[in-house]
Amino acid sequence: MKIILEQLLNGLTIGSFYALIALGYSMVYGVMKLINFAHGDLFALGSYLGYTLLVFGSTYVTVTFGIWGGMIAAMLIAAIGIGIAGTLIERIAYRPIYSVGRLPAVVSALGASIVIQNGIMVAWGPRPQAYPSQVVPSIMLNIGEFKITLLQVIILLISFMLMGLLYYIVQKTTFGAAIRACALDRDTAALMGINIETIIFFIFALGPALGGMSGVMVGMYYRKISFIMGWNYGLKAFTATILGGIGNIPGAMLGGLLLGVLEMLGSAYISTAYKDVFVFLVLILVLIFRPRGLLGEKVAEKV
Amino acid sequence: MTTLLKVEDLKIFYGSIEALKGISLTVDEGEIVTVLGANGAGKSTLLRAISGLLPIRSGKIKLGDQELNNVKAFKIVMGGISHVPEGRKVFATLTVDENLNLGAYTRRKDKKNIKESKERVYDLFPILKARRNQLSGTLSGGEQQMLAMGRGLMSTPRILLLDEPSLGLAPLLVKQIIQIIREINNQGISILLVEQNARKALSIADRGYVLETGNITISGLASELKSNKKVQEAYLGGAALKKRK
Repeated sequence: MKIILEQLLNGLTIGSFYALIALGYSMVYGVMKLINFAHGDLFALGSYLGYTLLVFGSTYVTVTFGIWGGMIAAMLIAAIGIGIAGTLIERIAYRPIYSVGRLPAVVSALGASIVIQNGIMVAWGPRPQAYPSQVVPSIMLNIGEFKITLLQVIILLISFMLMGLLYYIVQKTTFGAAIRACALDRDTAALMGINIETIIFFIFALGPALGGMSGVMVGMYYRKISFIMGWNYGLKAFTATILGGIGNIPGAMLGGLLLGVLEMLGSAYISTAYKDVFVFLVLILVLIFRPRGLLGEKVAEKV
Repeated sequence: MTTLLKVEDLKIFYGSIEALKGISLTVDEGEIVTVLGANGAGKSTLLRAISGLLPIRSGKIKLGDQELNNVKAFKIVMGGISHVPEGRKVFATLTVDENLNLGAYTRRKDKKNIKESKERVYDLFPILKARRNQLSGTLSGGEQQMLAMGRGLMSTPRILLLDEPSLGLAPLLVKQIIQIIREINNQGISILLVEQNARKALSIADRGYVLETGNITISGLASELKSNKKVQEAYLGGAALKKRK
């Protein structure tokens, strides 16, 4: 029982990383019908940005805000930096070629992915880096015989807060309704007075910002980061997006959390080596029996 | 009467195909003007050009003194033009209430006025109030048309562009919609009504234009159009009547 609960919690932690990244894929796909393959690498860039802030800025950041404040500050700055990077990618790699169709943009996205990945390698070197232990304290909490690190609790709290905030913005506010309207029908959205460029700017800033924060949290949780990590996490998060139903915000959250839990339970009870097999098996089953994903768009249209 | 909307020698191209070949028309303050024409005559093209969804090749569109060429669609709404598109185009996976809120998107900070506008829309279309928390895709065709018109009114426009509001509706509903258009007009909102149902359109319009393959061929007061032989034959079923005699 204890092991199941601990594995579930570990699964939720990894799952919330996936979910935060998946939200970026899903938002961009929803409005642009474009799969932003550079998104995983923006996540990695966020992780490196957080690393630099904590390592080289630690004399200022950690001293000024304390250890936990320093971590929050690193996450916020990474979020802002990656948000800006996301909008720049949109300007440079996607906007000039929207008019020629969707496929060229996908190729351009892959190109952007390669550029960012190699950019990280050039800037930080090809060897993996480690988040130093002095900036990320490891405090164990014992609840009965049940063990959890304080860091895990904080990661879960922040992740669920961010997801809740995004859910509120997209599902409950008029601005969120405007985003969903743009995803459904751009021309009619423009007739409502919605500036589509504002919406595009917002999704290309917010999605990557969430990914960047996830990157910092991954760095703190696993310590080790590498310049190719964006590919792996990106793929998993993309899978989570499909699992939950692409273009659907609650779907991306559910898909990410589910994927993390499946992966952890799979590696705990079946085999660590086969954990990805287990994950993709579930994806295949979902695609066969429910191709639009678990929470895929409700289709309620009358002709 | 002052001219509210003025279209001058408007030309619109789709690639190399000329969809509108230099047409001019005006809508005065408080008027109902109808544009009649068959499928493919360019009626929807005209409305889409006015609301900024299509690039203008040449000619001029003016709302009052303000020129609308090269103004983006979302800004044209703020100027006071509201376009209810063909086929209703409600946001199917959003609720009725959310659809109405988006109609007032240009003044979304003004919560109190939005509430008032919504009450006015509910007065015109009581069914929308009953359905306000329902996904708009689950509404019937007639209800969707009412929602589309209500949503169009939420921006408190000076002129409402209606693209075939009677399309695909049962005769009783068409009658109701036509009555509501008159009511909206009585509240001081000018209306540019594009219709295939010429008889209904001319029954409420002050003036009308006939659009044929990108050109305006006939124009005049609604009463003149009704008695015009060509209009009768082509759009009011006159040819069929003659045969029966």
